[in-house]
Amino acid sequence: MSLDKGTVRRVAQLARLRLDDEQLEKTAEELNKIFTWIEQLDEVDVSNIEPLASVTGHSLPERMDEVTDGNYPDRVLSNAPDRASNFFTVPKVVE
Amino acid sequence: MSSILDLDLASAKSALQKKEVSAVELTETYLNVMSSNDHLNCYITSTPEKALDMASKSDDRIYSGDALPLDGIPIGIKDLFCTDGVLTTAGSHILNGFIPTYESTVTENLWENGAVMLGKCNMDEFAMGSANTTSYFGAVENPWRSDDRKKIPLVPGGSSGGSASAVASRLALAATGTDTGGSIRQPGSFCGVVGLKPTYGRCSRWGTIAFASSLDQAGPLTRTVHDAAIMLKAMAGHDPKDSTSANLQVPDFERALTNDVRGLRIGVPREYLLDGMPSEIEKLLEIGMEMLRTAGATIVDVSMPHTKFALPTYYIIAPAEASSNLARYDGVRYGLRIEGDNLDDMYEKTLSFGFGAEVKRRILIGTYVLSAGYYDAYYLKAQRVRSLIKQDFDLVFDNVDVLLTPTAPSDAFAIGENDDDPIKMYLNDIFTVPASLAGVPAISVPVGLSKNKLPLGLQIIGKMFDEELVLRVGGALEGMAGFKSRPVGGA
Repeated sequence: MSLDKGTVRRVAQLARLRLDDEQLEKTAEELNKIFTWIEQLDEVDVSNIEPLASVTGHSLPERMDEVTDGNYPDRVLSNAPDRASNFFTVPKVVE
Repeated sequence: MSSILDLDLASAKSALQKKEVSAVELTETYLNVMSSNDHLNCYITSTPEKALDMASKSDDRIYSGDALPLDGIPIGIKDLFCTDGVLTTAGSHILNGFIPTYESTVTENLWENGAVMLGKCNMDEFAMGSANTTSYFGAVENPWRSDDRKKIPLVPGGSSGGSASAVASRLALAATGTDTGGSIRQPGSFCGVVGLKPTYGRCSRWGTIAFASSLDQAGPLTRTVHDAAIMLKAMAGHDPKDSTSANLQVPDFERALTNDVRGLRIGVPREYLLDGMPSEIEKLLEIGMEMLRTAGATIVDVSMPHTKFALPTYYIIAPAEASSNLARYDGVRYGLRIEGDNLDDMYEKTLSFGFGAEVKRRILIGTYVLSAGYYDAYYLKAQRVRSLIKQDFDLVFDNVDVLLTPTAPSDAFAIGENDDDPIKMYLNDIFTVPASLAGVPAISVPVGLSKNKLPLGLQIIGKMFDEELVLRVGGALEGMAGFKSRPVGGA
């Protein structure tokens, strides 16, 4: 499988990364090398093998769905690049 | 003349508690050598005032007879752990000016044990790298120099390169690291220090900036195996704030250090002997085998057939998880923000300017393998191969108690070398990634020097939650190897 410039452009858009034409070219080349190397996984027969997501085998704990923390807007907002009273701000979305 | 910098953590602890040295005196000594070794770039932020304040409180407790286990021990903290009120960067520009309002569980545990924070250690950006050359704050230097190229600065390994170099340079008595695919063990090997990756779930991930959540695990970098046991005891433990943190008692790891390996079966997986690997790595492994055999262990040749698939599997799973985790850096809630014409423009400008090349590369790989049409072929497939890799470990541990392997396929290389070839850089983790994918604990112990007089480590891998045996065998190997060489740089 080879990744063309168009595919890389689409993936970059999904990831919200901006790549100019030169970067697209270079990135496509690098990713192609990496995916060619990754393709050695084709040698492995994984039929009837379950995917592994958790290594410990421990089951995830449950707790009551209740508020356990919070009520400190100033702490939450203390690193905001921009704030308006107790809110984060973003550029205008709706005209 | 001997200096208090010569004391390892265990000896410093005893000297402090016997009041032969004060915590403030020890901390001042470290702060002084830190400031005269700025060129190594081990720290992104140093916190001298905080350190002296913590040390003075430790002295109060020691003098009133209420000493805590790590009272007065000055340590470095990898800049991936959130520290309340102290700049935390993950080695990235995107977290520009980020000052957490909370403390990570691992560092909280260390402070509750009396440890003293010297500062935040440099690292590869978002822990992605094997040379500590991807940090926004510049490369870290290894205090060791190659015998044949004495003028060329070398990498400390990565991603916990600042932590490893700080411990090797005596700019910290010990340091925390994190290991996703080898980021504690490989720098441990490159810098001639001990690096321990505990079992996945042994240390809480809460407040540690996420890279790949199913793999990330915190652990110590130390001068000795004994020091690693003391540090891990303080760092580990169940934490309800991390749902994958193991609800298990933390053993007294120091008690496991008996050095007795008689009767143990130690497996050497034949798949770890690679074609084209430097012969000195193979020779080192043979030396390790001989030492353990002499000490009464049985060396067993074993096979782990899926070993060679671990690295490509890792380079699907880790970037996939990273692309998801790093989506939170949007310029809205914290860190860098580059204003744009609209919301999408702001996102794109912020991310494109804030992330470095390696991080972007991995976000793109991760986004691609998770995207519609490719998910099954890449991500799901990798998770299935991960099952087989885990199975290799389960099966081999029916037959042996621990595994012995090299830690890294080479000694430390020059800063800048391998930077233009991602796959070559990724191959640094070829021996460390399998244990990460399986979640099992592993330690790197310095055992010898390469022909260029650079440190080389061997790795002991154990069963899930059996850090005790990993430490016991690691300690025995350390004792027999008697690694006493010191780097030319540092204090």
